[in-house]
Amino acid sequence: MSRHLLTGNAAAAWGARLARADYVPAFPITPQTEIIEQIGKWIDRGEFAARMVTLDSEHSMLTAAGAAASTGVRVFTATSSQGLLYAMEMLYTVAGWRSPFVLVNVSRGLSAPITLEPDHNDILAARDSGFLQIHCASCQEVLDSTLIAYRLAEHDQVRLPAIVNLDGFYLSFTREPVSLPDAQQAAEFVGRFDAHNQGFHASAPLSQATAVLGGGPYSYFRYETHLAAEQALAVYDEVAGEFAERFGRRHDMLEAYRLDDAEYVFVMMGSFASKARAAVDSLRDAGWRIGLLRPRLLRPLPREQIRALLAGRAAVAVIDQNLSMGMGGVLHSEFAGALYGMADAPPVLASFVGGLGGRDIRQQEFFEMAEVLKQSAQSGSTPPPRLLYTQQELTQMRKLQAIAGLERQELTQGDRS
Amino acid sequence: MSEQSRFHSTRDLPSAHLLGTGTPMCAGCGGLEGLHQVVDVLGSNTVFVNAAGCMTLLAVYPFTPFRGGWLYTAMASAPAGAQGVRDALDILKAKGQLPESEDMQVVVLTGDGSAYGMGLSATSGAIDRNLDFIYLCYDNEGYGNTGQQYSPATPHAALTSTSKGACGYPGFKKDLFSIWAANKPAYVATIIGAEPLDLARKVEKLRGMQGPRMLISLSPCPTGWDFDPRHTAEIGRLAVHTGVWPLKEYLDGQVVHTKVPKQRKPVEEYLKLQGRFRHLFEPQRDEAMIAQIQARVDAYWAGVQA
Repeated sequence: MSRHLLTGNAAAAWGARLARADYVPAFPITPQTEIIEQIGKWIDRGEFAARMVTLDSEHSMLTAAGAAASTGVRVFTATSSQGLLYAMEMLYTVAGWRSPFVLVNVSRGLSAPITLEPDHNDILAARDSGFLQIHCASCQEVLDSTLIAYRLAEHDQVRLPAIVNLDGFYLSFTREPVSLPDAQQAAEFVGRFDAHNQGFHASAPLSQATAVLGGGPYSYFRYETHLAAEQALAVYDEVAGEFAERFGRRHDMLEAYRLDDAEYVFVMMGSFASKARAAVDSLRDAGWRIGLLRPRLLRPLPREQIRALLAGRAAVAVIDQNLSMGMGGVLHSEFAGALYGMADAPPVLASFVGGLGGRDIRQQEFFEMAEVLKQSAQSGSTPPPRLLYTQQELTQMRKLQAIAGLERQELTQGDRS
Repeated sequence: MSEQSRFHSTRDLPSAHLLGTGTPMCAGCGGLEGLHQVVDVLGSNTVFVNAAGCMTLLAVYPFTPFRGGWLYTAMASAPAGAQGVRDALDILKAKGQLPESEDMQVVVLTGDGSAYGMGLSATSGAIDRNLDFIYLCYDNEGYGNTGQQYSPATPHAALTSTSKGACGYPGFKKDLFSIWAANKPAYVATIIGAEPLDLARKVEKLRGMQGPRMLISLSPCPTGWDFDPRHTAEIGRLAVHTGVWPLKEYLDGQVVHTKVPKQRKPVEEYLKLQGRFRHLFEPQRDEAMIAQIQARVDAYWAGVQA
């Protein structure tokens, strides 16, 4: 074990290297590119015995990843945002193939408008694909989760691909101290790749991913995939427990931060949750009984664990860094679904949307959200969903619109002259 | 090429047939006719990587006519699937986990919709990377599995279910052979099931090669081209003898025509057997269009003989 200052991207690359991935199908996209550049560099120097191939697109990249995993090698790949969406058909497809491999997604807001900075609409678009999802809030977690994800994906009871998600810029390009496990220890933890009954050998021909006719066989295979994903819950605890024993770092499926006596709870995923953590500390100093619940495992959704951690709370704010147009925050509806029908469910489950395209969520905003929770708990009614935006931001936006108007005017006049 | 081949006459063609029967392909499917012959020469030690199309229905759970492997991918990315399988097999061999005798030949199998259109990006990438694979395109000149809408492989004037107007398809068949050949792959050839000797010689030749190898198999399609299934072989032969489907190969920078019709038959003999061209003959002959199609074929062969 040694400590290094690593970006989230470098931590992801180390995850692939320490898991001893055999094959890395790649395609560059900001802010993921550093991952494949780092891996490429190691391969060129002979420090990482993997084969890397740059495909023509993320769609092809995911096809090659699934095909290689289904032929019997350990696969690592990575993408982001538009790339993840371009590959979407194959995300569903390779999950159906039951190809166990790890995909790192570096979250970035989706077009349009096109942008580079993070939010979670990309990764949540993959929510129903059959990939397991682990969401990270630190560079250390990116590395550790990648190793855990291989164990989860390749487990007998699971056999599904897994996504490890980190936020673009906030984690991808931020250096944090990261403990690198000793290569031998990591190799022992991850183990050898076991292809099980998948593969193509001359003496044992196999048809994979054949068509089915009718809803009966189709439903059977889809249900099987769902049940396998659900089995990943128990497997997660087992694997995370073994990881903690071996490396001394515990990564639960849900991070419960200062929740013990909390009346009020923030729910957030990813690196922005560390902003919520800081707000919880300040609010605690000011006498609030408040905490943070951060889902790390989103697929499978740890429904029972969410229920247990939120039972009896006065009010909960789900802060979504995504937006489902015409519905609102995706995580909010996931939590509403998980809590529905529970006798001692929190009476208030408020929805806030913020952090889109990397927009900051300031401490003051967390304090105001806490205030909304307190008032709602007192009145007993859940407030309408809020889209976080400040007066100052609106003023800035109006200035940009005014400039856009002037530019247009100038162009039109230029045409006339 | 005949002197290098073990196939001197049709008597030398394989008598054992490797592909299982009873598939759900249509009666008289020219694509299946070609596939049968290709598989017979290629052998069963193959993984077929398939894209969405008619032949996706060859392997419907729990049945398959293939004695080797099969992987259905998606419409756009079968060559990328072949990349993943080939690379994984090579990695396993390098690690000593797969003996040479267990290795398999990777074959992409798609229709023209994928080969001429949606799959071109993945195909181009596979050629760039000099992927060691065989691509077999069954070209029935339209999106056949969905009811024969026009595709980039549809010939000029053909009626399809999305070009039902008086003049048929206004575009021209894309030259996929030249697109491949321009990128200098190991081998490209056109084939047709109705010319089994030419087909077998080509498959035999590419079998021993490495790198990207393409077979474009013109596949007369009774349902899509609107003809009686018993005419599949005849229409195939006419495609060659009228010069509409030139049998050729690209190898070492040279394009060689492997079967030059000595006296080309008029194209109308090929056209008039097919419902998709009936509007050229009924209710009255469209002399101008028939002449235009003939002129285009003549111009092609003038270039060949020059």
